[in-house]
Amino acid sequence: MAQVHLKDVVKRYGALDVVHSINLSISEGEFVVLVGPSGCGKSTTLRMVAGLEAISDGEVRIGDRVVNDLPPRERNLAMVFQNYALYPHMTVRENLGFSLKIAKRSQREIDAAVNEAAEILALTPLMDRKPGALSGGQRQRVAMGRAIVRQPDVFLFDEPLSNLDAKLRTQMRVEIKKLHQKVGSTVIYVTHDQIEAMTLADRIVIMRDGHIVQVGTPLEVFERPLNTFVATFIGSPPMNLLSGVIQDGAVVLADGTTIPTPPDLRVAEGRKVSLGIRADNIMPEGHSLPPSAHMAQVEMPVLLTEPLGTETLLFTQLAGTEVQAKMLNPRPVRPGEVLRFGIALDKCHLFDAETGASLRS
Amino acid sequence: MTRAKLPPWLVLLLPAIVIILAVVMVPLLLSLYSSFTPYHLTRPETLWKWIGTFNYVKAATDPNFWRAFGRTVLLLTIALNLEMLLGLGLALMVSKVTQGQRLLRTAMMFPMMFSPILVGFQFKFIFNDNVGLVNNALQSLGLTERAIPWLVDGNLALFAIIMAEVWTSTSVFAILILAGLFALPQDPLEAAKVDGCTPWQSFRYVTLPFLMPFIYIAMAIRSLDVARAYDIVQVMTNGGPARRTELLWTLIGRTGYVDARMGYANAMGYIAILLSIAFTVYFFRKLQSARRELGMAD
Repeated sequence: MAQVHLKDVVKRYGALDVVHSINLSISEGEFVVLVGPSGCGKSTTLRMVAGLEAISDGEVRIGDRVVNDLPPRERNLAMVFQNYALYPHMTVRENLGFSLKIAKRSQREIDAAVNEAAEILALTPLMDRKPGALSGGQRQRVAMGRAIVRQPDVFLFDEPLSNLDAKLRTQMRVEIKKLHQKVGSTVIYVTHDQIEAMTLADRIVIMRDGHIVQVGTPLEVFERPLNTFVATFIGSPPMNLLSGVIQDGAVVLADGTTIPTPPDLRVAEGRKVSLGIRADNIMPEGHSLPPSAHMAQVEMPVLLTEPLGTETLLFTQLAGTEVQAKMLNPRPVRPGEVLRFGIALDKCHLFDAETGASLRS
Repeated sequence: MTRAKLPPWLVLLLPAIVIILAVVMVPLLLSLYSSFTPYHLTRPETLWKWIGTFNYVKAATDPNFWRAFGRTVLLLTIALNLEMLLGLGLALMVSKVTQGQRLLRTAMMFPMMFSPILVGFQFKFIFNDNVGLVNNALQSLGLTERAIPWLVDGNLALFAIIMAEVWTSTSVFAILILAGLFALPQDPLEAAKVDGCTPWQSFRYVTLPFLMPFIYIAMAIRSLDVARAYDIVQVMTNGGPARRTELLWTLIGRTGYVDARMGYANAMGYIAILLSIAFTVYFFRKLQSARRELGMAD
């Protein structure tokens, strides 16, 4: 187990910076998820920690060692790759024990460690198979087993679940979380899937275009997004954004609809803003949570519905913008039907229309 | 009048059958038959005299034949292994080159573009004891006093022939192994790095097992090639001096066309073909097991 510190870390390809001066401190035993759209530099950052990419500038420390110039084998990490990266010519047993064999441990030690990992991951019946004869989920477990066996200071996961089908992904997510609780190692986990990030992380690091946009616990980034990017990236369905202008303490939308500003926000008159409302905070009357003290009402036509069982997702329109709302205890809704919606104002967000920065300070 | 109609499939296959019969089957059977006769090219009537396995017994008890056989196996073993090692090294180096790799790959193919006869002449000149480059260089550098009789001494002549073989055909290995290197998945290599492998260990445990099928394919192709080696040897030493570089096919060729004892030559040829088949089967088995190792068999 170890801490990991990134100080002003830069990755440069020729004149192109793909990671811009990143600072991040990860404490011992912490599960940190780097999340962002593809091309945001999250994998590159992870690979710099692993030593698979050179660090162009800045400093990476693992424990109390600066590892910039150490080859991967001297960093005592384990990495799980997106394509599993198993050794195709070795059996599951050999794959699991390979790193220990390289480290010249005794056969007894290797067997003990391999059997224990196999036990944890339910791989025991597969030990003599080759990776080619395993399913995706099984390969994934072997890849994780290979990481466990090493007892590394830090676990690195590079989008480990993206090649699995949805059901298996949910299962493996739970497995990974259990594993972390059991082993307690420091974990850096890269994904583009915000649900994985939310469910797994102690802390989420949201990246975009090579910058860190926000760092926080899952609830922090969900409830207090620093800008519209985080607001729309985290949470499903994405947060609705309505552009408008502040007049008399209310947001006036393009078609003249007036929605009062959230109660705890004071914003200068005439400022152009984006009003952020999550689908959970805009529900049709009679199909919502008990109304809070600060409610606003709007009427919107329903264009499309997505029934999900316990709730139905309503695609509606307000001031020319598509708005997604949730309906609890759903009843059938005809397309084109106009419903009255209540908006929970105290849960709404205001962002600067130009910079996208949150106006909550 | 009604004609017996052949079934359509036979009609359609007939041209192919006729050609195969005329070009392959009849000569093959004829040569097999002639190996049981004392067939002499200048005395056609000998073709009709059946002598059973006399030729085979004669070959099997002829020390010259077995010496040529052994020498061919020796040449095969040394040349293939040398070519494999050199080709592997060459491929590994070329795969690291980032600029001008195409040009290098093309240049690497050059030796294969020359006729083996010309290569034979060239190396005969290079190793010539009076005017050859090698002796010239050795003497100018003061490494030897006297001219070394490269193509006269039996062992040295075999060495010179191996050099010529290796020079022409290392690129077969290099190209095939290079193709393997291009197809090598990067992920397991990165995993090996993180798992604690030194560059040598990564090569030994990940890259090499992946390349083995490619190496065995090259081996199989080249073993057929070398087992029928004739041209380079014929030009460089003509199997001499005093049969000291005699290989199977130079021996067979001389027996058949110079001595005109075609029946005997054919018998030796059939034994030699067994050698080729044995090598091919061997390398194919190896290839199969290497592919099974990688989980890509069948």
